[in-house]
Amino acid sequence: MGVDEQFYREYILDHYKNPRNFGHIEHPTYTHEEDNPLCGDVVGIDLLVKDGVVDDIKFHGRGCAISQASASLLTERIKGMSLDEARTIGKEDVLSELGIDISPARIKCALLSLKVLKAGAWGLGEWPGEEEE
Amino acid sequence: MATFTSTSRQPFNAEHVRKDFPFFETGVAYLDSANTSQRPRHVLYAMDEYFEQFNSNVHRAAYHVSEVATERYEGTREAVRRFINAHSTKEVINTRGTTEGINLVAYSWGQKNIKAGDLIVLTILEHHSNIVPWQILAAKTGARLEWVDVDEKGELRLEQYHALLEQKPKLVTFSQISNAIGTINPAKQMVHDAKRAGATVLVDGAQGAPHQGVDVRDLGCDFYAFSGHKMLGPTGAGILWGKRELLEAMDPFMAGGDMIKAVRQEGTTYADLPLKFEAGTQAVAEVIGLGAAIEYLEGLGMENITRHEREITEYAMEALSELPGVRIFGPPVERRAGVVSFEVEGIHPHDLSTIVDRHGVALRAGHHCAMPLMIRLDVPATSRASFYVYTIKDDIDRLVEAVADAQRIFA
Repeated sequence: MGVDEQFYREYILDHYKNPRNFGHIEHPTYTHEEDNPLCGDVVGIDLLVKDGVVDDIKFHGRGCAISQASASLLTERIKGMSLDEARTIGKEDVLSELGIDISPARIKCALLSLKVLKAGAWGLGEWPGEEEE
Repeated sequence: MATFTSTSRQPFNAEHVRKDFPFFETGVAYLDSANTSQRPRHVLYAMDEYFEQFNSNVHRAAYHVSEVATERYEGTREAVRRFINAHSTKEVINTRGTTEGINLVAYSWGQKNIKAGDLIVLTILEHHSNIVPWQILAAKTGARLEWVDVDEKGELRLEQYHALLEQKPKLVTFSQISNAIGTINPAKQMVHDAKRAGATVLVDGAQGAPHQGVDVRDLGCDFYAFSGHKMLGPTGAGILWGKRELLEAMDPFMAGGDMIKAVRQEGTTYADLPLKFEAGTQAVAEVIGLGAAIEYLEGLGMENITRHEREITEYAMEALSELPGVRIFGPPVERRAGVVSFEVEGIHPHDLSTIVDRHGVALRAGHHCAMPLMIRLDVPATSRASFYVYTIKDDIDRLVEAVADAQRIFA
């Protein structure tokens, strides 16, 4: 198996080609979309919250395999979580779930979906500077 | 003075040229020369020589090493004058690069000459450095911007350009060659038409000077800006050329040491051209390096360089076209410089770059500082391979193999 297969692991390619929870929620509790103008990646997330629990989550977007697979993985992780628990997810969690060595140039791709959640869907308003690193 | 390596004097052969560039010992297939080029030993030695033997500031001291430094620094100005066929070294302004040159014109010429309601014409092919300064100027002055569109081949719609010229623009600005998709614009004709319409004309030569060269008098424009680091020189040294009477009438861009004649409490008189526009300590080593780069390019011959790049470009376009699902942007090879911008179906340019990087191929992915053009082409980004004097067919073969591997992974 070559280096590229290791980087673009099977499950990342799988999430890219067959994204989970892809689409829109008709009456979401929260909805937010952001793009990364530097590479043209777009991710939008709809959340349906019931009794403090993420009852449903859907994302839409386009872009590189890293940004889209990362969004797909994030939705799988969050679905069914309490909102409080979901709020504690940080960039380290997202990166370790991807399980690959992300170069500095690609880190924004990997974290775009988390940014959408933090900056928009959870109403945090401000992105807490993860992209600086 | 550093000398050419013997290989450079033989008939043009990229395999030989390549040996003058230490970078290639890394084994990287470097396909990002439109971004920044590699540097030959001739340039590196010229800079080392400055640091080791006559490191001192220029224009200021009466001791010997400073005189040598000044001589070499001013030697670059003369080399540039010759390279672009300017009338006088007074018209050759050292800048940090194309961006600074364009900003200098936008501030010093623009704020004095552009008024509310004036028209500035630019094109959709422009690099951000030839867009944003004009947007800022337009916002400050109330001038308006009009963009010349491209056709499906990525070539300017000249009939639209001529229609805009009928509105008597105050300033027309465009790139000699598009950095993003390689289009060679009919610059001489465009300048001619714009001058007839009464416009002041700036040509962005960031890609033109390194790959085609320029004769500013033949081109007929008013300002021409370019960067040293895209033409085998170091970063931090570039040139703005301007017609003397325009430069004379302009106020300084930056103020400080070296750009003055006399400073009194009551006020200051400025230095004559070109120093009026060179405030503060300049990038002396880099300017000397740029002079060496020009010598090196002249040694190779600009015609040889253009011909070699055409050959490589044609080879790359054919090889990439043979892969399924590859779409190349931009004009046919006859009207294209050494730039091949493309997309591969089903693979985002960033994923492609990451994979080919693991094959030792340096390929640019992104918007290439030309977001309006990307929007016009309806793509988020492209992959871009760009070539120069040292690019060989083996680099292209390695790219094509790497792209095929990416297709296999993403299949």
